[in-house]
Amino acid sequence: MIDWPGYIGLILKGAILTLQLTSAGIALALVMAFVAGLARLSPSASVRWLATIYIEFFRGTSVFVQLFWAYFVLPLIGVPISPFQAGVLALGLNVGAYGAEVVRGAVQAVPREQHEACTALNLTRWQSLRHVIVPQAFVVMLPTFGNNAIELLKGTAIVSLISLSDMTFQAQVVRAQTGNTAIPFLTILILYYLISLVISQSTRRLERRLSAGLDVKT
Amino acid sequence: MEWDWDFVWEILPTLAKGVIITIQATLLGSVLAMVLGLFTALARRSPSKWISAPMFVFNDFIRGTPLLVQLYFLFFILPDLGILLSPLAAGVIGLGIHYSAYISEVYGAGIDNVSKGQWEASKAVNLTVPQTWRHVILPQAIPPMIPALANYFVAMFKETPLLAAITVIELMNAARSVANESYRYLEPMTLVGVFFLLVSIPCVLMLRHLEKRFAPNDQR
Repeated sequence: MIDWPGYIGLILKGAILTLQLTSAGIALALVMAFVAGLARLSPSASVRWLATIYIEFFRGTSVFVQLFWAYFVLPLIGVPISPFQAGVLALGLNVGAYGAEVVRGAVQAVPREQHEACTALNLTRWQSLRHVIVPQAFVVMLPTFGNNAIELLKGTAIVSLISLSDMTFQAQVVRAQTGNTAIPFLTILILYYLISLVISQSTRRLERRLSAGLDVKT
Repeated sequence: MEWDWDFVWEILPTLAKGVIITIQATLLGSVLAMVLGLFTALARRSPSKWISAPMFVFNDFIRGTPLLVQLYFLFFILPDLGILLSPLAAGVIGLGIHYSAYISEVYGAGIDNVSKGQWEASKAVNLTVPQTWRHVILPQAIPPMIPALANYFVAMFKETPLLAAITVIELMNAARSVANESYRYLEPMTLVGVFFLLVSIPCVLMLRHLEKRFAPNDQR
């Protein structure tokens, strides 16, 4: 007799780690997206170059390679890193690079007059970004950010390969112990799908709330 | 840890074999995704809700769940059902199904972008439906799709290392086995990264060119 409640509990424990990885990854990705995205619009050429190198490097190589590089190579060159940190680092930096292009595109899509009005009002560069440009651009970024967050969620499955016991890893454990493949894998497929539905629904709701009163097309 | 060029030359032939599998998987997966994507795109446009609604849920489901889990599912479940596949075949099927969900959106958007007037005009000059597709709609719908399709093929290429998890000896797996035997991770892992950059940078440059080439006239 197989103890299914116990095994499902194991999978749910993995689900918590998946959620932790996803939220930590999203936090890092958001920071990187704004830093690199705004840096690409910087007046200084060297800052723009630095951001471009970061973006092209992380978009050009596979997230899988980045994860393995972080996990195996960083400790060898003297950077001690836990599997969880390696996972968050690789996923956050990877998705952040995609997000940076979204930030750049959305900021550039804010009409010119808005920038000119900021200059006319004598706002500093930072003030105009903070109070005028980003609030309008953010609404435009949201739908793509939602998709990126789902890509990140899906990316977390690969941390099971560097021995982190996330949802996918636990499903493997259950498969090994029970010899049953269909139940654990169907369970986690449905759980992943539910999490992705929550992400897409909540970005949609946030988008509606933030676009209220703003004159932007989304 | 020092970079060792002799070691690099020693492992290069093993990695090259992995490269070939990686490229094979990408090409076969792309073809499968394009064909399957066409079927789901057409099914989603079906006038019957019983066909289109499940297709929408299926596409959403595929896009909302990790490719790795889908690969495990295919690799472990199909043998239970009596279907024995080589790891590479299971991998190609997994990649093909996963990306068909994205590609069917590209097809859908491409077809929707051809204005309704084109259909009406075709009807007015008495073209049959197949003729309309062949001579009017597809010639206008396909060129704008090309950059988006190419984009997904590059994405698929970058996801092929996942096939290592179902024992396909592609580049990543080849590098890992070399690394595990020699306890040297620096060179194999870095070479894998360099290889991906070497392939994907030209691809990205080509993509930009395609985007310019096939952009609608008013955006050029």
